[in-house]
Amino acid sequence: MSPMARTAPVPAATDPAIIRNFCIIAHIDHGKSTLADRMLQYTGVVKSRDMKAQYLDRMDIERERGITIKSQAVRMPWELDGTSYALNMIDTPGHVDFTYEVSRSLAACEGAVLLVDAAQGIEAQTLANLYLAMENNLSIIPVLNKIDLPAAQPEKYAAELANLIGGDPEDVLRVSGKTGVGVEALLDKIVRDLPAPVGDPNAPARAMIFDSVYDTYRGVVTYVRVVDGMLHPRERIQMMSTRATHELLEIGVSSPEPTPSKGLGVGEVGYLITGVKDVRQSKVGDTVTNLAKPAAESLAGYADAKPMVFSGLYPLDGTDYPVLRDALEKLMLNDAALVYEPETSAALGFGFRVGFLGLLHLEITRERLEREYNLDLISTAPNVEYEVTLEDKRVIHVTNPSEYPTGKISEVREPMVSATILAPNEFVGAIMELCQSRRGIMGGMDYLSEDRVEIRYRLPLAEIVFDFFDILKSKTRGYGSLDWKADGEQVADLVKVDIMLQGEQVDAFSAITHRDKAYAYGVMMTGKLRELIPRQQFEVPIQAAIGSRIIARESIRAIRKDVLAKCYGGDITRKRKLLEKQKEGKKRMKMVGRVEVPQEAFIAALTTDESKDKAKK
Amino acid sequence: MPSVLPLGDPAPADGILPPQVLDGVDSRKFGLYVHIPFCAVRCGYCDFNTYTATELGGGASQDAYASTAISEVEFAVRAMEASGLPQRPLSTVFFGGGTPTLLPAEDLARILTAAVGHWGLEPGAEVTTEANPDSVTPESLQLLADAGFTRISFGMQSAVPHVLKVLDRTHTPSRVPLVVQWARDAGLAVSLDLIYGTPGESMADWQTSLETALSYGPDHISAYALIVEEGTKLAAQIRRGEVPGIDDDDHAAKYELADQLISAAGLDWYEVSNWSRTPEQACKHNLAYWRGDDWWGIGPGAHSHMGGVRWWNVKHPTAYANRLGSGVSPAAGRETLDAGTREVERIMLEARLGTGLQVDALDKVGRHAVAGLIADGLVEPGAAFQGRLVLTLKGRLLADAVVRRILPD
Ligand SMILES: Nc1nc2c(ncn2[C@@H]2O[C@H](COP(=O)(O)OP(=O)(O)OP(=O)(O)O)[C@@H](O)[C@H]2O)c(=O)[nH]1
Ligand SMILES: C[S@@+](CC[C@H](N)C(=O)[O-])C[C@H]1O[C@@H](n2cnc3c(N)ncnc32)[C@H](O)[C@@H]1O
Ligand code: SF4
Ligand SMILES: [Mg+2]
Repeated sequence: MSPMARTAPVPAATDPAIIRNFCIIAHIDHGKSTLADRMLQYTGVVKSRDMKAQYLDRMDIERERGITIKSQAVRMPWELDGTSYALNMIDTPGHVDFTYEVSRSLAACEGAVLLVDAAQGIEAQTLANLYLAMENNLSIIPVLNKIDLPAAQPEKYAAELANLIGGDPEDVLRVSGKTGVGVEALLDKIVRDLPAPVGDPNAPARAMIFDSVYDTYRGVVTYVRVVDGMLHPRERIQMMSTRATHELLEIGVSSPEPTPSKGLGVGEVGYLITGVKDVRQSKVGDTVTNLAKPAAESLAGYADAKPMVFSGLYPLDGTDYPVLRDALEKLMLNDAALVYEPETSAALGFGFRVGFLGLLHLEITRERLEREYNLDLISTAPNVEYEVTLEDKRVIHVTNPSEYPTGKISEVREPMVSATILAPNEFVGAIMELCQSRRGIMGGMDYLSEDRVEIRYRLPLAEIVFDFFDILKSKTRGYGSLDWKADGEQVADLVKVDIMLQGEQVDAFSAITHRDKAYAYGVMMTGKLRELIPRQQFEVPIQAAIGSRIIARESIRAIRKDVLAKCYGGDITRKRKLLEKQKEGKKRMKMVGRVEVPQEAFIAALTTDESKDKAKK
Repeated sequence: MPSVLPLGDPAPADGILPPQVLDGVDSRKFGLYVHIPFCAVRCGYCDFNTYTATELGGGASQDAYASTAISEVEFAVRAMEASGLPQRPLSTVFFGGGTPTLLPAEDLARILTAAVGHWGLEPGAEVTTEANPDSVTPESLQLLADAGFTRISFGMQSAVPHVLKVLDRTHTPSRVPLVVQWARDAGLAVSLDLIYGTPGESMADWQTSLETALSYGPDHISAYALIVEEGTKLAAQIRRGEVPGIDDDDHAAKYELADQLISAAGLDWYEVSNWSRTPEQACKHNLAYWRGDDWWGIGPGAHSHMGGVRWWNVKHPTAYANRLGSGVSPAAGRETLDAGTREVERIMLEARLGTGLQVDALDKVGRHAVAGLIADGLVEPGAAFQGRLVLTLKGRLLADAVVRRILPD
């Protein structure tokens, strides 16, 4: 067993042969961040007294929800057989919404620790992340975690893992991120088994940007992995895609606090600060080179994260619109996956249509906006993006149902995903039934072990992105797991359902659904609104319609009494205060035609049951 | 449980009023309200400032109450004089409660005599007392009439035993025609209070109550929708599901029935909840409230108003007596209304009256709203064309909504 390294290799003067770059990948909650904690502790970069659980989950929202949202890279020393090595470890998120974070991290590494919870076994993101790592030609170290748990079944899952990756179950390490058992052995194995980075130290510098983060104090902090050559402080660098040049104000490594260095050499992972204020000027996937001695060819980048679900975000108080605009601009600095554009809604006023990677991303973004910028927001029901071809061959991309064209439509295409579901084999029937009801086409089924199957389906994104996972969980008594990735599109029989209050269309409640589900949506929404909208001085019909055809209707009876008919003696003050309160309440109403709709009703109507409790997937 | 007082500014110990009360004082009538904060039992729905003997821990304060009230009358005389207000005779006096008639008629007479002794009475002044049907006798009523009372308002509430039971009323229905007759014999004008929408009250029950009340030929009827006030026993019973809740549609239907039957019996509405046989028999004291006249409220928790200044006394009878005992104003707080707030109050109060509200006194928002109100059937088109906003039957049921629509933004 290795002791803590007595000396740490110095950045910019480290032989690539003693560098090991790896990330920890796993299904959500299998213990990546906890394992990272032990590594930080055993390598001495974080003192035991400074240690806290999931040390690298630094955002409030990460700590509250107990999940990792952003990847974090840390340089740690480790000694084996008398040699001090430099390890770069990247802790990655496990939730499917943040898969693109994982794929970026992989590009900075030669190896991956594939962690599997010894009480759960292989799950959908285990597979998804493993395949990603294999596509990137990484060496994989399979590890079973949480072996301290009484419910752990290390033999069974070691066999499953060996079966999946090839190799001997005996070779699967067993650790506990909680107790620390086996973690030192794992660090040794990382040094022994993972390849060292290779690159040309004398070639023009080339470094891959794998993350870019906005920091209020330091501006944009860019995380890079150097492939060839060397980067030094104070020199001018160039972004190869945009040709933009910057001065390198600071360069260094995270250990885990930022530590400036004399540079970064081949195989090293660290950060750059150039004074730019916008992460888009330091784009993830771009290659950094030296302006004086530029490289001829950039490194292969990766595709931008593509937004999958869209929702309108509106300030409850219309005067907060500029605050929301500034807040989105700032958040975007830190979240290249966020896209937005201004939109207006007749019912909700001025707001933004925002694209997200998934519902968790939506929820986290909304929560951060509300919390960090003190905003009260309404978010409209999320939807996917549709491609509508009109009869005149024009093509329109619709991210907001109210923009769905009313003219002659020749074809509508909807985004598709390929989904992988893992579950004990007893649930196969239930899962197939669910997927079929969601218009899925089965792609295949494999046994991962005697009792665990992997089922592949091609499904419309709109069918799985909202409530599918919750239903899957309940149909598999919590054992099923889901992963999905974008997979083209298909022509579908889609319609727009409009909701009308007293004949007046309420754009915020429109939805695009499959024709078979339009009726259910109409009934659900009109019913909900009938409960939520207070009675008015006149009867208010609520209708759901496809075009001019009404498919569901409800009605709110007119209020008949709104008067305090009691003798309050001379206490006029009390009566007036009551009236002032009612007047105040009226101000917080949104007018739809003549109908006064309280904001709470909008929020409640737009809060799909699906969007609650989405914290964990 | 008595309701809470408003929050206001502190009131000065000497009761002196700001100079603004002098503006236009000659055009305002002057009335007196006397609060009697005692009841034999507390009705489950009631949050008025009233106390049972047990709640007070003994009857001592009831015996001394008339004297305490008279000391406030004297305080009022001094404070008004010191504020520069001219001496005005009383145009209305109203004894309310609680149950005024729980005190010996002699006590009520003594208070009235003291007030009239100081201020005098206008010719034809209205002097009313509220009364519970089981707290009067022919003798007590005669004594009141002899002391100068002209009018009595009985808390009949309902004619149906099971409704009276839910309301915790102590009297039997058969008592009401008796007391009405005794009051008549004493020469008092008679008003009856009714409550509708009590949990468990059917439409037929309400019709019975209305028809029974009308059969006694009252000069005046008040019909109030039962309000479930926070903190009352009734509120708790409803919350616990022991009695059914209140239904606004039921209230509306019962109001419509009330208006129909009472009108058919020859009484006209002059305020949302009040009907009188002739305009002269409308309760002038209550009209003074709605019209923004001046009045001084005597007694714990009583509210007063003079020229845009409102104040209210401390609620507990003991605290009240202590204040007066040490020569200090019993006021707990007061507010001085600015012009805008006075306007809001005026609209809020006058809109409820049969005589209505002057349309051209409204601001632009209010005047513009009138056409919509006519279209929605809430105000009388004929009256509106003559420049007055008068509520229709539908409008009376939606009076608060109408007021919100015509108030300045
Ligand atoms: N008993 C036990 N619990 C563990 C162990 N490792 C992690 N946990 C617990 O498992 C839960 C998830 O741990 P994390 O380290 O946050 O998991 P993660 O994989 O980083 O989760 P994401 O970043 O959200 O994907 C926490 O409650 C940990 O305390 C372990 O070795 N033993
Ligand atoms: C000040 S109270 C007192 C009258 C007298 N103590 C009695 O109860 O007969 C005047 C009237 O207000 C009405 N009232 C009291 N509480 C009410 C409530 N919670 N809802 C509606 N009307 C109420 C009753 O009709 C009552 O007669
Ligand atoms: S008798 Fe009148 S004042 Fe007394 S508790 Fe009953 S309703 Fe209230
Ligand atoms: Mg984590």
